[in-house]
Amino acid sequence: MKDRCIVYLDNNATTKIDKLVLDEMLPYLEKYYGNASSIYSFGGVSAKAIATAREQVRDFVGAKDTKEIIFTASGSEAANTAIRGVLSSDKTKKHIITTKVEHPCVLNLYQTLEKQGYKVDYIGVNSNGELDLDALENAVSEDTALVSAMWANNETGVIFPIKQISEIVKSKNQDTKLFVDAVQAAGKIPMDVEENGIDLLAISGHKFHAPKGIGALYVKSGTSISPLIIGGHQERGKRAGTENVPYIVGIGKAAELAKEGLEYEATEVKRLRDKLETSILKTVFNARLNTSLVNRVPNTTNIGFEYVEGELILLHLSDMGICASSGSACTSGSLEPSHVLKAMGIPFTALHGSTRFSLSRFTTEKEIDYVINIMPRIIDKLTAISPFQDELAQLRKHKA
Amino acid sequence: MWDYTEEVMEHYRNPRNVGKIDDADAIGEAGSLACGDALKIYLKIDKNNIVTDAKFQTFGCGSAVASSSILTEMIIGKPLDEVKKITNKDIADKLGGLPPEKMHCSVMGHEALENALENFTTGGKTKAVKDKMVCTCFSVTEHQILSAIKENKLKTLEEVTNYTKAGGACGHCKDNIQAILDKHYHIKHEEEKPKLTQTQKIIKINNIIENQISPELRKDGGDIELIDIDGDNVYVKLRGSCAGCKNSTLTLKSFVESTLRETLGNEIEVIEVQK
Repeated sequence: MKDRCIVYLDNNATTKIDKLVLDEMLPYLEKYYGNASSIYSFGGVSAKAIATAREQVRDFVGAKDTKEIIFTASGSEAANTAIRGVLSSDKTKKHIITTKVEHPCVLNLYQTLEKQGYKVDYIGVNSNGELDLDALENAVSEDTALVSAMWANNETGVIFPIKQISEIVKSKNQDTKLFVDAVQAAGKIPMDVEENGIDLLAISGHKFHAPKGIGALYVKSGTSISPLIIGGHQERGKRAGTENVPYIVGIGKAAELAKEGLEYEATEVKRLRDKLETSILKTVFNARLNTSLVNRVPNTTNIGFEYVEGELILLHLSDMGICASSGSACTSGSLEPSHVLKAMGIPFTALHGSTRFSLSRFTTEKEIDYVINIMPRIIDKLTAISPFQDELAQLRKHKA
Repeated sequence: MWDYTEEVMEHYRNPRNVGKIDDADAIGEAGSLACGDALKIYLKIDKNNIVTDAKFQTFGCGSAVASSSILTEMIIGKPLDEVKKITNKDIADKLGGLPPEKMHCSVMGHEALENALENFTTGGKTKAVKDKMVCTCFSVTEHQILSAIKENKLKTLEEVTNYTKAGGACGHCKDNIQAILDKHYHIKHEEEKPKLTQTQKIIKINNIIENQISPELRKDGGDIELIDIDGDNVYVKLRGSCAGCKNSTLTLKSFVESTLRETLGNEIEVIEVQK
């Protein structure tokens, strides 16, 4: 087995730590181990580092005040803190609205809440992955405590119109809170919580070149949440536990670099993604785009290879040193294919063979050319094994 | 990342005997595109009942391709008697094992082989439907679940899902799968009890038919008549709207037979007398 990945195109799963981020972090692992809550100046070094990071994250999400930023141990913890925090601060309201294509970390929580007596509406999407805004508007009621939507989808990269969602929700119920899972938007598109009318927003460091194990939650001033982890007074009583100083420093630096890199994402990363996408769709006869052509983050594409199974594609890509991901059932260990692609109504023929390529600012043109060159060969080999030869012949004819 | 054996990797990288045999003597299928894996197997069988050639086409993951590929190697050159004895466990063992969640791939290989052999013996005629669908998401029948339980000594719901995929999607059939498991092990347990005398058995069967089965069938405008009992074979006649009903086999097997088996054990066979 080849352990070393040559071409890493799975940046929506996780990213590599930027060397500049690591360099910022190391002193806080090696030298400045003081507790930020201590009174002596050695602890003060840590407290100051946290304050800098909080400012960097504030600037990254466009918050007004650093008091609105809470550091957590993951994106999932940030989401859980937001959702459970809002619900338990006002237990009279029992209605939640979310979407059918949210990340499992959020969906599974809502399924749990349903068992606890909450009513949850799951809003659908069209074949481009775009949210049914009319259904959303109709769903908001007096009793709606929370509306929860992701900014960008992890599988397709499709962007939801958060500002419009906020306007719709607030026009029907001023008191309903809007929680945005921005884990896949962070570092890919500009985020501004003020401009977009967001009450709570979660991000995860390892999706934008910070290490795993650090996340952050934005909570708009005046939004009341009960803490998930109760204990010490850290994070203004909203998240107990001694601050993970080196990782907080890491997410701060990564946020700063990500903000600086947004222009590069929108131009160069997008150019490479588009090159990969158009080449594969052109040269591979059974390839079809499983996502919206527009309204997408610049780094993600999702291509379905019809009548071929996704795990088999990934295994062969892996043999060639290429890391990608699939919405196929077989890759996850669950037996169900991607709930996102199913909600979009992607046909079974392309659903099981869906392959996601997600780039980063470290992706090079040489890497993209390598994948473009290899993809048709892999698919040719795999279609030869498929029992659906008549259907494949039909597709080949169609393409020609 | 799955922990695949070298053997599995070798077979999905370089699958053997890929393709179709145009003049195949038997063709077997398992799975479907919607379910995420589908397999077709083609056999050439000579007059001495020896499998002289086998080819496959698979839509599925690495372990599905590996299971199909190694299966063809296992059967080429073998007499049918030997081929019939191959189980899904043999396929998995030959691959040096499969991850638990992937055992259904070996089951699928075995099912396609079974299907091919069945088509060979019946000359391509499909067998009458007498099986109850348990998992509608993945089209898994009670028979398939039971044989996976028996062959692999499965004990838990999770194991059944790993081996057959049943219950792996919407999960609505999980209770039914658990019931099949419970019933299987419960009945095995009961078998150890002293057996009823033939007279006791006849009285019991008669009582169950009169008091439990007949009233249910009458609700649908039908009825049942006990004709004879010979050992474990129970001969019955369906009447009223049950007679000639397309689902009569289903009624017999999934309702009459299973009700009798609940009390009298798994050996009970219900046979319909036509005239």
